Amino acid sequence: MASRLLKKISNNVWEVPADAVQGMRVPARFYSSDKLIADLDEKAIEQAVNVATLPGIKKYSIAMPDAHWGYGFPIGGVAAFDPDENGIITVGGIGFDVNCGVRLIATNLDEEDVRPKIRQVMDSLFEGVPAGLGSEGLHLSQSELNEVMVEGARWVVRKGYGWERDLNHIEEGGMIEGADPSNVSKRAKEREANQIGSLGSGNHYLEVQVVDEVYDEDAAKAYGIRKGQVVIMVHTGSRAMGHQIGMDYIEEMAPAMKKYGIQVKDKELVSVPFNSPEGRKYFSAMNVAMNIAWANREMITYYARQAFAKAFSSSPESLGMELVYDVGHNTGKLELHEVDGKTKKLVVHRKGSTRALGPGRPELPPEYREAGQPVLIGGSMGTFSYVLKGTTKGMEETFGSAVHGAGRKMSRTQAKKEYRGEELAKELERRGMLIRGHSWSGLAEEAPDAYKDVTDVVAAIHDAGIALMVAKLRPLGTVKG
Amino acid sequence: MNMKYEVYPHTADAGVRGIGDTVSEAFEGAAMATFSIMADIERVKPETAISVELSAGSLEDLLVKWLNELISLSSLKGIVFSKFEVDVDEGKVSLKATAWGQSMKDVPLQEEVKAATYADLKVEKTGDRWVAQCIVDV
Repeated sequence: MASRLLKKISNNVWEVPADAVQGMRVPARFYSSDKLIADLDEKAIEQAVNVATLPGIKKYSIAMPDAHWGYGFPIGGVAAFDPDENGIITVGGIGFDVNCGVRLIATNLDEEDVRPKIRQVMDSLFEGVPAGLGSEGLHLSQSELNEVMVEGARWVVRKGYGWERDLNHIEEGGMIEGADPSNVSKRAKEREANQIGSLGSGNHYLEVQVVDEVYDEDAAKAYGIRKGQVVIMVHTGSRAMGHQIGMDYIEEMAPAMKKYGIQVKDKELVSVPFNSPEGRKYFSAMNVAMNIAWANREMITYYARQAFAKAFSSSPESLGMELVYDVGHNTGKLELHEVDGKTKKLVVHRKGSTRALGPGRPELPPEYREAGQPVLIGGSMGTFSYVLKGTTKGMEETFGSAVHGAGRKMSRTQAKKEYRGEELAKELERRGMLIRGHSWSGLAEEAPDAYKDVTDVVAAIHDAGIALMVAKLRPLGTVKG
Repeated sequence: MNMKYEVYPHTADAGVRGIGDTVSEAFEGAAMATFSIMADIERVKPETAISVELSAGSLEDLLVKWLNELISLSSLKGIVFSKFEVDVDEGKVSLKATAWGQSMKDVPLQEEVKAATYADLKVEKTGDRWVAQCIVDV
C-alpha cells in the first residue's frame, strides 16, 4: 500500500521519500490536511510516485490537496523538468483537455439587483451561451481557424467580440508564442471548426455568483472585487482541438520514447525529451490548443456579456463586466524558476493545478503585481468557489502552482446511482441556486456530495502558504455544460 | 452473440468494458459502453453507417485506437453511434468495422467522452470469455 510510505514533513505537507521506491529521482510531495490525506486515493499516491521517476524532474513530484486518481499524472499533479538535463514533456502531465481553465468576469451589480431577476438572467444565459455535448459556437473556415490557433484570444478581440483590455487579464495575454498549426492534424482542425465559443459538457459550466466574503481587502481591491458584488465564472477548455491533439500525440510519442531509451511505469506517461524534434513538435501543437482554449473562453465571455446585459436591458460596458482574470489548470509551460539558487527554464506540467504566480513576477499585469496572481478555484455545482492569490512560498515550493477545484471523491457511476438530476435541481433551487442544463444524468454526476469539500481543499493550500484566500464566491445560478 | 457491456466506476472519469465470446465482440462491447455515456444508445437509431479500418502494435493499443477513432468520428460527423460490427484479426493486430448511429441533433445527449486512455487497459481472455476495457476521460 503506497499510503504506508507517506511521511509527514510539516503541517499540511507529506512526502514519499526518493529512496522509498526504486527509480524515484525526487521525493513525491503531497500538500494536504490531516483530514484530506486520510481520504487520498492509493492510486493517486502511486501516480505521483511514477511521475517522480521521469527524467529531468526537479525538486519534487507534487500533488495538491484536491489530488485524485487520474491517468498518467494524478489529477492535481505538478512536475517541472529541466530540458538541459534531458527533461521530458508528456501528454500524461497535461491531459486531453489542454488549457482547461477558469475565468472570472466582474459586474457592478449587487446581489439585491440580480436576485429578483435571476430566472430571467439564467434563461438568457442558457439561451445565449452554447453548452452541452455537441454544442457549437462560431462556424469558422479552416483559414480563420488557423488564425485563431496562432492568435488565441487576440483573434476574438481583433474580430470585435472581446475588449482589448481583457487581454491584460489573461495568462500570456491570451496568446502563447510558438503555436504551430502545421503540427496539428487535419482531423483536429475539422473537429474544432464549429466549437470556438462553446462550453462543452461534463464538469464545465458558467456560473453567476456573489462575493460572499472577502478575506484580503487589499488584494480584492486590486482585483476589482468587493463583498456583495455579482460576478460570473466560466469553466471550460480547448474542446475537440485539445482532445484530438492529445490522442494524436500520445500515439506518435510511443515509438519515439523507445528511441530515446525512456522507460515509464505507466503507458499514459509516454514521454520524450523536451529538446527533441518530437518534444518540440508536441509542444508547438499543445500551444495551439492553449490558444484555442483562451479564444474559447473569450468568445464565451462575449456571449455571456450579451446575454447578461440583455436581461437588464443594458450594455456590458455600463454593467462593468470587466475581466478579472483567466488562468488555465491543464497546461505545460516553459517558465523561469529557482532551483538550487539558480534560475532555470523549466517545463512545468500542471494537470488539474492552477498556475499561482507570486508577487513581483513579470508575467503579471502591473495592477496585480504587488498582490500576486489571482488564482481562480471553481467549486463543484452548488458549493462555494474561491479567489486566492499566489505567494512567494508557492514560487519556492510548488513552481507557482495551487489547487484547481474540489476534486471528485465519488465516481460518476456512483453519483448517478445515488442522485437524480431533477431532484437535485429542485433541492439546489430551494437553497437559492438555479440550475440550467441539457442533461439530467449529467447533472446527477456533478452532485455536490460527489466532490471533496472545496472549503477543506482551499484551507489546506492556504494553511500551507502556497496560495492565500482572498474571497469566497457563492453561486446564484449555474448553466451546466 | 453473447456480448455484454458496462461502465465501471473510476473517481474522476469512467471505465468502459466489453465482454464477449470473441475479441471482436469484446471490442463491440467496449464501444457500446463508451457511447452509453454519451446517450441512451438503446434509443439511438442505427441510420448512418461509417467504416473503420485500423491496425496497431498490440491488441491493447488497438482497443484504445478503436475507441479514440469512434470518439473522434462521432465529434467530426456529429453522430452518436449505437451499433457496431467488428472483425478483429488477432494475427495482424488489425480490425475492420462498421459503426451505425444517428445525428446528434436528433438524440437527447448526456456527457461527452473526451478520449480513451491507457489507464486500466486490458484486452484478455479469462476462461472462455474475452474482456476489453480501459478508462475514458469524461
